[in-house]
Amino acid sequence: MVRMENVTKVYDSSGTVALDSISLDIEEGEFVFLMGPSGSGKTTIVKLITGEIKANSGKVIVNDFDLTKIRRGKLPKMRRTLGVVFQDYRLIEDMTVYDNVAFAMRVVGAPGREIAKRVPYVLDLVGLEGRERRLPRELSGGEQQRVAIARALVNSPRMIIADEPTGNLDPVRSLELMLLLEKINEMGTTVVVVTHEKDLVDALGRRVITIDNGKVMSDGMDGVYSYEIE
Amino acid sequence: MGYTAMRLSRGGYLIREGFRSIKTHSFMSFATVTIIMACLIIMGSISLLSLNIDALIDDLENQNEMVAYVDEKLSEEQARELEQKLLSLDNVQDVEFVTRKEAMDNYFSKFDDYVKEGIDEEVFRHRYVIHLVDIAFMADTKAQLENIEGVGDVLAHQDYADAFVTIRNIVSIVSLVLTVILVFVSIFIMTNTIKLATFGRREEIGIMKMVGATNAFIRLPFIVEGMVLGILGGGLGYLVQWGLYSLLAGRLMGTLTGSFITLVPFSTVALPLLIIYLGLGVFVGVFGALNAIRNYLKV
Ligand SMILES: Nc1ncnc2c1ncn2[C@@H]1O[C@H](COP(=O)(O)OP(=O)(O)O)[C@@H](O)[C@H]1O
Ligand SMILES: [Mg+2]
Repeated sequence: MVRMENVTKVYDSSGTVALDSISLDIEEGEFVFLMGPSGSGKTTIVKLITGEIKANSGKVIVNDFDLTKIRRGKLPKMRRTLGVVFQDYRLIEDMTVYDNVAFAMRVVGAPGREIAKRVPYVLDLVGLEGRERRLPRELSGGEQQRVAIARALVNSPRMIIADEPTGNLDPVRSLELMLLLEKINEMGTTVVVVTHEKDLVDALGRRVITIDNGKVMSDGMDGVYSYEIE
Repeated sequence: MGYTAMRLSRGGYLIREGFRSIKTHSFMSFATVTIIMACLIIMGSISLLSLNIDALIDDLENQNEMVAYVDEKLSEEQARELEQKLLSLDNVQDVEFVTRKEAMDNYFSKFDDYVKEGIDEEVFRHRYVIHLVDIAFMADTKAQLENIEGVGDVLAHQDYADAFVTIRNIVSIVSLVLTVILVFVSIFIMTNTIKLATFGRREEIGIMKMVGATNAFIRLPFIVEGMVLGILGGGLGYLVQWGLYSLLAGRLMGTLTGSFITLVPFSTVALPLLIIYLGLGVFVGVFGALNAIRNYLKV
């Protein structure tokens, strides 16, 4: 879940007001699109949720952690409840598919036996069975993004947040990836997808929050949005 | 048991990561080990030099005696009673009583007998030959001795004492300053090597943070790397130092037999030196690693 109340974020370096007293609520188990043109503040919202940056004012609560008050030492604990997916996949180039996913478990100290059980299961779930031994560069873009999703999923997070996950994919792969995220959502994980692609949003017919200039412009269910981007 | 297994597999992971990192930038690692080695050898040489100068000065100090003359009015018996009072001074190491007769015999032993004809032993005074614990406080001790009732003049070679103390102080200060500078240089080099390592793995670090690895966990492989490099530098530096010192000692003994210079044998400093070398290596490694990775762990 995410709860943002009157959150303002100003980047010191440029003086840009990226978010202007924004408020939004995402409940446990929801599937939500965050839509808005480039530069509207979407990634800033993602970074506030992951704790990478701090808000200038307002309240940010993620999976019951109050990020405006959280101590630095507690951040790892909060992050273990989150799975993050980026447009550029961010896989480790010299690790196999299997190791890229297992890495996420190893670095939080998961026992070897659990890793050996969980990684194949998750790779199966995202449709990568048989690709375990490949290196990222030996995969298509869509497959690489599935590895990233598997890695985000492997520690059983409460919420997955994907920042333009289909930005580098063609329309067919994009839709496949959305259907995968829907499947993951149906299994009980909250899913937040950041995108500026209207077609995808229209195709899935889910809750859509539109953002522009650091403000919420509309928030509607079943693919309804009253604000036109571009 | 599951917990232990996890700890073990983590330990294995850390050590593997540390070595993997050293291998991927082997040139910088090699340079770091070499520089730490060089710094330690310079430091070690200075320290050994200062140790030997100290030993030499100690030696000379022992030859540098003070003489306290006993008041002429005192009998030999009374003069002997002064011994306890002299020994009670903190800086007095030992005293030796010399009677006027002994003093006279000693004085004339270099001359033919006829010279002392007609000279009475009353011309000489009873005296104490005194060795000090530390000649740096010679002036104070001289004053204290002169304050003791029954002690007349005190003869002391203040100039020698001052010179020794000055030399010793200079050597200590130079070696201390040099050590501090070289430790800084080592840490600087180590920091940059580990920075290179963190830079090469910044994506991995980013992913670790994203999935919720703790800062301590992220730091550890780099600390292991720093420690391995530091211990290598310290260990190799120690071996080279040992070799150089033994070589030098051999040469000096060979050419200067009978001279007053004898080097402190390496064996007497071997263990403390090893501990210092490895300790400094570990310190530089850990400190350099912490320094290097600091920026990555903000937020
Ligand atoms: N690190 C930064 N420093 C300064 N300005 C930034 C930074 N990141 C983003 N911005 C600015 O903040 C605004 C919102 O950016 P962002 O949240 O990345 O938008 P989006 O993801 O919707 O494209 C933009 O005007 C952008 O230029
Ligand atoms: Mg963005």
